[in-house]
Amino acid sequence: MTSSAAGGTAPALTFRAASFGYGGRPAIQGVDGAVMRGEVLALVGPNGAGKSTLLKGIVGEAARLSGDVDLHGLRVRDLAYLPQQPEIDRSFPITAIEFAATGLWRRLGAFGRYRPEHRAEVADALARVGLAALEGSLIGALSGGQMQRLLFARTLLQDAPLILLDEPFTGIDAATEADLLGIVGLWREQGRTVVAALHDLAQVRAAFPRALLVAGRVIAWGDTAAVLTAGNLARANGRELAPPADPAADAALAALGAT
Amino acid sequence: MTEFLLGPFIEFAFMRRALMGCLALSLSAPPIGVFLTLRRMSLMSDAMSHAILPGAAIGFLVSGLSLPAMTIGGLAAGLAVALLSGVVTRATLLKEDASLAAFYLVSIALGVLLVSLRGSSIDLLHILFGTVLALDDAALVLIGAISATTLVWLALAYRPLVIECVDPLFLRLSGRASTVTHLSFLAVVVLNLVGGFQALGTLLAVGIMLLPAVIARFWAATLSGLLPVAVGAAALSSYAGLLLAYHRDLPPGPAIVLTAGVIYAVSILFGRQGGLAWRIRRA
Repeated sequence: MTSSAAGGTAPALTFRAASFGYGGRPAIQGVDGAVMRGEVLALVGPNGAGKSTLLKGIVGEAARLSGDVDLHGLRVRDLAYLPQQPEIDRSFPITAIEFAATGLWRRLGAFGRYRPEHRAEVADALARVGLAALEGSLIGALSGGQMQRLLFARTLLQDAPLILLDEPFTGIDAATEADLLGIVGLWREQGRTVVAALHDLAQVRAAFPRALLVAGRVIAWGDTAAVLTAGNLARANGRELAPPADPAADAALAALGAT
Repeated sequence: MTEFLLGPFIEFAFMRRALMGCLALSLSAPPIGVFLTLRRMSLMSDAMSHAILPGAAIGFLVSGLSLPAMTIGGLAAGLAVALLSGVVTRATLLKEDASLAAFYLVSIALGVLLVSLRGSSIDLLHILFGTVLALDDAALVLIGAISATTLVWLALAYRPLVIECVDPLFLRLSGRASTVTHLSFLAVVVLNLVGGFQALGTLLAVGIMLLPAVIARFWAATLSGLLPVAVGAAALSSYAGLLLAYHRDLPPGPAIVLTAGVIYAVSILFGRQGGLAWRIRRA
């Protein structure tokens, strides 16, 4: 169903006619397709298109109403998921480095010794997101952008093969966005699979080779240039353009069977 | 001066027992209180301490002012309410404090009613406000065991408990630790309330848990600072409260909790973290 543009050969995540929603009402339905290992996929669509629901559905925070999600041997606990509005209690009195270290939870558990090499790994993650100087700050003292950097540091430490990000660059400054986009690039180099819900189409075109356009259902899925066409975007926004604006996109769509 | 400060404890065994019992409680209840306040569950612990009352009252109805019967009754009732409310919170949209608020009044009404069926108003006073000056061996062993259990549990559950407080979703998606942590936390709260109930009664047991925790918020900024400050504040309140009760012939339970109240008032005024005096000076 999807070609492996990112060089992956095996699927990391497969949907089979999957629908997700809340209280029995689907927010997104009929999702069919696979994300290949090592693929960096942008999930785009208008507000209310079901982007967040799709990500929540993967980790079980939104109900799967029908169909199937296959993580190919991974368990939900092996994934890293960064929600758009994390339920984080920013008033809880722990420092940035302590917070980042919770990313080691899956590896250390309740009793694993926090060794010097773990300490070094946490410090390295903080340095990568540009927070080295703030490691002793309480999380309540960080700005929104710094908190997002800290969440990326924790995600780095989770060392997850499949990373789900829900609008990770919303409400942060340009410098932070550029740095965090660099982290996504690092994950791509490391061969991790990343699915990120995004709304900035210019950013998607520049940094994400693959895209999935949704609007309550899949509108288009494939190489970004073929997905983000005027025709597809119009359909995602509920306006049908009579003749397809871009014949190449039309062909791609036909190939994807996403009509 | 030494006579004033130490005399009562050297002279009277019941004062030493009271001090030991209170110090054991001071080691375990305040750290639990710190987590309760940080999770905004202060009200919940209060409601839970009331939930213990009808259980203890049933024990009293069955076998009078007997420690094992009232402890088992209190423990059973407290755990039942804690686990039930935990399940209700996880299974429904109702917030924890809302699901517990209902238990609050029902429990105390039921408890007082049950005690009145058989006991005198003196018995009722004992159950409501404790008998810290009459702790026998069994009660001391019980309090010590509860304190030790709590400290071991804290050591085991510290990491998941912290993650559960800061980012519950993160822990929930990371495996089964979330539910285990939450339910065992509620159980430890009940254990400490039952321990405190022996000394301070059902109404004040929560005092040695919560007041030291809120005092600590005025003196320490990090979790690793809050825990020792809360333990210290509880120990100081226990000692000073017992001394005050002895010298002034006051009821010891209220004296201990009021001493903590005075330390709280001083902390509001002069605490390094957001105390009023510092705010005014900075302004």
